[in-house]
Amino acid sequence: MRQGEISLAGLLALLSLYLMWKSTELPIGYISGQGPGGGFWPFWLSFGMLLSCAAIAWNWWRGNSPASVSDEPVMDAFGWRTVARVGGGVLVFVALIPIISMYGAICLFLIYYLHFLGRHSWLLTTVLAVALPGGLFFFFEGAMYISMPQGLPFTQPFFDMMYEIIY
Amino acid sequence: MEVFSLIVDGVATAVLPINLMLIVVGVTVGLFIGAMPGLGSVNGVAILLPVTFLVPPASAIMFLAAIYYGAMYGGAISSVALGIPGASTAVATTFDGRPLALQGRASLALVTAALASFVGGTFATVFFSLFAPLLADVALSFGPPEIFALMLLAFATFLGLGGDDIPKTIFSICFGLVLATVGFDTISGEPRLVLFEIQGFLRGIGFIVLAIGVYGIGEMLWTIEQTRGEVTTTNPKMTAKGLVSDTKEAVRRGWKGTWIGSVLGFFVGVLPAAGATPGSLMAYGVAKMASRTPEEYGNGAPDGVAAPEAANNSASTGAMLPMLTLGIPGSPTTAILLGGMVMWGLTPGPRLFIDESEFVWGLIGAFYISNVVAVLINLAFIPLFVWMLRMPFTILAPVIFVLSIIGGFAASRSMHDLWLIVIFGISAFFLRKFDYPLAPAVLAIVLGPIAEPTLRQSLLLSSGDPMIFFTRPIAGPITVIALILIFLPAIKLLRRKRTVAEG
Repeated sequence: MRQGEISLAGLLALLSLYLMWKSTELPIGYISGQGPGGGFWPFWLSFGMLLSCAAIAWNWWRGNSPASVSDEPVMDAFGWRTVARVGGGVLVFVALIPIISMYGAICLFLIYYLHFLGRHSWLLTTVLAVALPGGLFFFFEGAMYISMPQGLPFTQPFFDMMYEIIY
Repeated sequence: MEVFSLIVDGVATAVLPINLMLIVVGVTVGLFIGAMPGLGSVNGVAILLPVTFLVPPASAIMFLAAIYYGAMYGGAISSVALGIPGASTAVATTFDGRPLALQGRASLALVTAALASFVGGTFATVFFSLFAPLLADVALSFGPPEIFALMLLAFATFLGLGGDDIPKTIFSICFGLVLATVGFDTISGEPRLVLFEIQGFLRGIGFIVLAIGVYGIGEMLWTIEQTRGEVTTTNPKMTAKGLVSDTKEAVRRGWKGTWIGSVLGFFVGVLPAAGATPGSLMAYGVAKMASRTPEEYGNGAPDGVAAPEAANNSASTGAMLPMLTLGIPGSPTTAILLGGMVMWGLTPGPRLFIDESEFVWGLIGAFYISNVVAVLINLAFIPLFVWMLRMPFTILAPVIFVLSIIGGFAASRSMHDLWLIVIFGISAFFLRKFDYPLAPAVLAIVLGPIAEPTLRQSLLLSSGDPMIFFTRPIAGPITVIALILIFLPAIKLLRRKRTVAEG
């Protein structure tokens, strides 16, 4: 944790510097007759972030924060594995949306999570993996008039069929 | 007495069968829309606006006001049951609502939220009825320096939310405020902070993107990692007897927060451009400061649920005031309501109360009735929402992920924002590992778009002199109080350290 605390503070300090630099694309000073320039607010806030990172590093040096005096690892092997499986699942879920549509991606994600991570039966998995995207389709497309991504053209026959039910 | 008879007439109009039916339907629809992460009152009101052309204007505005109320009640459901604030107004509800749910006290949290919302809404309606023209004048006296001072006060209360690590809290606030500046500079119209030259950033970063990332994805990853996937929400109660005892407990342990939220929420809500989010946040901060047991806040204090919920409902009613009396909408939802009124041939403004008296008092009557209907419907549905929490976590978790992603897309209609949600979620997980408080960032991204233009306009007014925030009669005291609150945690911390060193 101790190593992680200072590494994270360093990373965030770099981010702050990048944001300060990016803010200077617009004027950061006072322009007569126009007030503060467009970069003024984000520049000084990013500077505030940088100062906070310096204070975090100071606390780390002094051993004032719990993480700075901890020899524990950030996560054990089980933790990394769990986060990789769940977080990876969410990443793949989002990546699949432009390919197999929002509803198709939801269906696959539910199958992955419920059956393979949650170890639920195929019956329960199938019921939920069909009913939830189905219900969401009617809620968003039918009731709320919000169209979700429909993926590549091969999904179109499915959407044509579903829209026939709604309209 | 004249006002009283007008209120009675208004209530009589609101309980006409057609109006009552519209109110019941509106509240129910609003409740479920508000409970869905990513959707809020603005979606419900916007989508159902065309429906209102089928009924007279008075009935139409009652229907929309009922949706507005229902959605404000519904926001708490998402915060408590899923741990995701569906709208910015419900962020503060998550702080204590979610811990209560995880302790198996979801019904207590939901009952407290419902009752506090009812009291907040009713209190605001009474004030609205009695002092509307007077309060409109007060609201008009708030210019950019006063609004910025108010935002400063809201940021000051953030420091109390972030725990003892003040640099990390300040980092979180500044980060949220910087994220709010991404997109276009609203004053010069030039592109600003288009990060890594990715064009998607031209659209800016919405509150909901950060909120769903932090609470929907980050919080879930955190819970799964901390509990090793074996989350137990310790048998939430859903019996009638349990609900009665929860109601008694909610009244006993939530009354203080309810009153603080009701009063503060209304006065913040009345101010143009302020709205329910700063109101709910400030109510939470003040309730915590006024509490004899502030350490309970964040760990499941009913007062911590009551204060923001009373405030956001009270502020929602308060926000109607500048819309009706001045024609200034205080929130996106009231902007749509204003648009609806114009389309129905009504002119909001000082003369509305005189020229369209029946309409205005019918609407006020609808506020009273909507509140009663909303609390009854909300209480009736609590067993359903609590039942959701009885689902095994291996079912609830993917459902929350799915609702987060689909809700995030519904709010922004952009794949770029979905990727941002995932990135924010994973980053939030690691930041939380190192005790970075994230609630201040989420709240800062909401208030940033109000704070920045008011600061810049104020400095333009004063030719760059920051003393404008101290010399004006309303802005001055607010700024001073805000500065005291900002430095208070640091002073307390130093004193505590000195005491420890001496003792």
